[in-house]
Amino acid sequence: MSSGKGGELIPSSSELDLDRPNIEDYLPSGSSIQEPLGKLRLCDLLDISPTLTEAAGAIVDDSFTRCFKSNPPEPWNWNVYLFPLWCCGVVIRYLILFPVRVIVLTVGWIIFLSCFIPVHLLLKGHDKLQKNMERALVELICSFFVASWTGVINYHGPRPSMRPKQVFVANHTSMIDFIILEQMSSFAVIMQKHPGWVGLLQSTILESVGCIWFNRTEAKDRETVTKKLREHSQGVDNNPLLIFPEGTCVNNQYSVMFKKGAFELGCTICPIAIKYNKIFVDAFWNSRKQSFTMHLLQLMTSWAVVCDVWYLEPQNLRPDETPIEFAERVRDIISVRAGLKKVPWDGYLKYSRPSPKHRERKQQSFAESVLRRLEEN
Amino acid sequence: MGNTSSMLTQYDIEEVQQHCNNAFSQQEIVSLYERFCQLDRNGGGFVSGEEFLSVPEFAVNPLSQRLLTMLDGLNFKEFVAFLSAFSPRATVQQKIEFIFKVYDSDGNGKVTFNDMLDVLHDLTGQFISEHQREQVLTKVLEEAGYTKESLLVMSDFVKILGSSGLKMEVEVPVD
Repeated sequence: MSSGKGGELIPSSSELDLDRPNIEDYLPSGSSIQEPLGKLRLCDLLDISPTLTEAAGAIVDDSFTRCFKSNPPEPWNWNVYLFPLWCCGVVIRYLILFPVRVIVLTVGWIIFLSCFIPVHLLLKGHDKLQKNMERALVELICSFFVASWTGVINYHGPRPSMRPKQVFVANHTSMIDFIILEQMSSFAVIMQKHPGWVGLLQSTILESVGCIWFNRTEAKDRETVTKKLREHSQGVDNNPLLIFPEGTCVNNQYSVMFKKGAFELGCTICPIAIKYNKIFVDAFWNSRKQSFTMHLLQLMTSWAVVCDVWYLEPQNLRPDETPIEFAERVRDIISVRAGLKKVPWDGYLKYSRPSPKHRERKQQSFAESVLRRLEEN
Repeated sequence: MGNTSSMLTQYDIEEVQQHCNNAFSQQEIVSLYERFCQLDRNGGGFVSGEEFLSVPEFAVNPLSQRLLTMLDGLNFKEFVAFLSAFSPRATVQQKIEFIFKVYDSDGNGKVTFNDMLDVLHDLTGQFISEHQREQVLTKVLEEAGYTKESLLVMSDFVKILGSSGLKMEVEVPVD
């Protein structure tokens, strides 16, 4: 879940350091300075071409920016008969489909609120009944949302079961991921706290299904959230947790590194892979370019939202695995299923600079090679 | 941001190509333009330092700050000219010229001991002491026939680097 602000950079907190395995294992360039043999000469010191080549390579193309590139759809209305067809399409979408969808959504909200508010206020004493009814109602409103985009969603695999010590993880493309999954079964999601009407929904309705909020910009927040996650996952009657370990929306063609928080809770991880069909609409929410409201409006004026959801085989931490390795293994499973290319970057680099540790590692390796060769005289 | 390649006319492409001495093909220039527009998020016509540093692979490079002073405020034509040293069609002379420019931060055509020390500092960080850096540099300079007070010019660089098989190329992705 991303915040709506445009790219303010905050100093990288220590949490970025802890979450990542060694990037050098992934980057093709590896050790940037070759291991030359023999005595150190002036040309070895002056030849900065490997470092320069890496920098130029990053300027020309880099794997991180590719993750957040939303390709604008190619216009196809370029001649005499296609253009009127396209215009008809626009008319149908904006003047027929869109009002119908707005009506459907409004009806849905009316039904939802007229059931939810009484249930919430009157059934205070009957916890189990209240919870079940609220869950059913949230599933209902999510179905209405999906209907309002003419969602065609193919669910594959066994439906999630409500067992304790179970955490669901999925790749993240837009906030609608949550709605699509919630429609089928109730989850308690971990979300970035948003401003505006979304925030209002978060603090009222979504609280009732047990959602947990975090604030990306607060450094201390991470510990409180981890504690809440742990408590929730141990609880028997709680909705299963749904976590998006990428931490930010990615364009459904790549996957960024998973944060290890979800994988340290001592629970079974059930991976879910979500893949949207781009032909109908590009569901990637580029939070730097669009607010969530605009994103929803864009979805509601498209033909349909078509996607596949795969519920994959539950995974457990293997005895010889660290949580980070576990996270990478699950990321691999999801990326293969959804046809995503893996990228060795932390999604939070959208908002902050990389840790100086990486540059220092390069500097250290070069310094050591210089000193070593000096001693070979 | 709409269809970016439509904003670049054939005249523009040819002008840019001429400016960079045909270092890039026309298709590569179109790709570079798309990349330039992608990096130039606020659409100001040039890519600011902040925007370059938002590419993590660039930000972790030890020479990023030095390159930023050369990249700051460049428009697209100058951006392509900057990158032309990395084209496979660039000559060794052009590549060495580029390296010389990186060292010669004040642009007076002469590289001093301190210039070289600064670049060495960027590359090694805190892992070699200042004193050791000076020692190493003085030693290799003297072995190559220079002194601490020598002012190296372009021809010196050609002599030093020309024979060592410079590999400095990037590939421009063409869709």
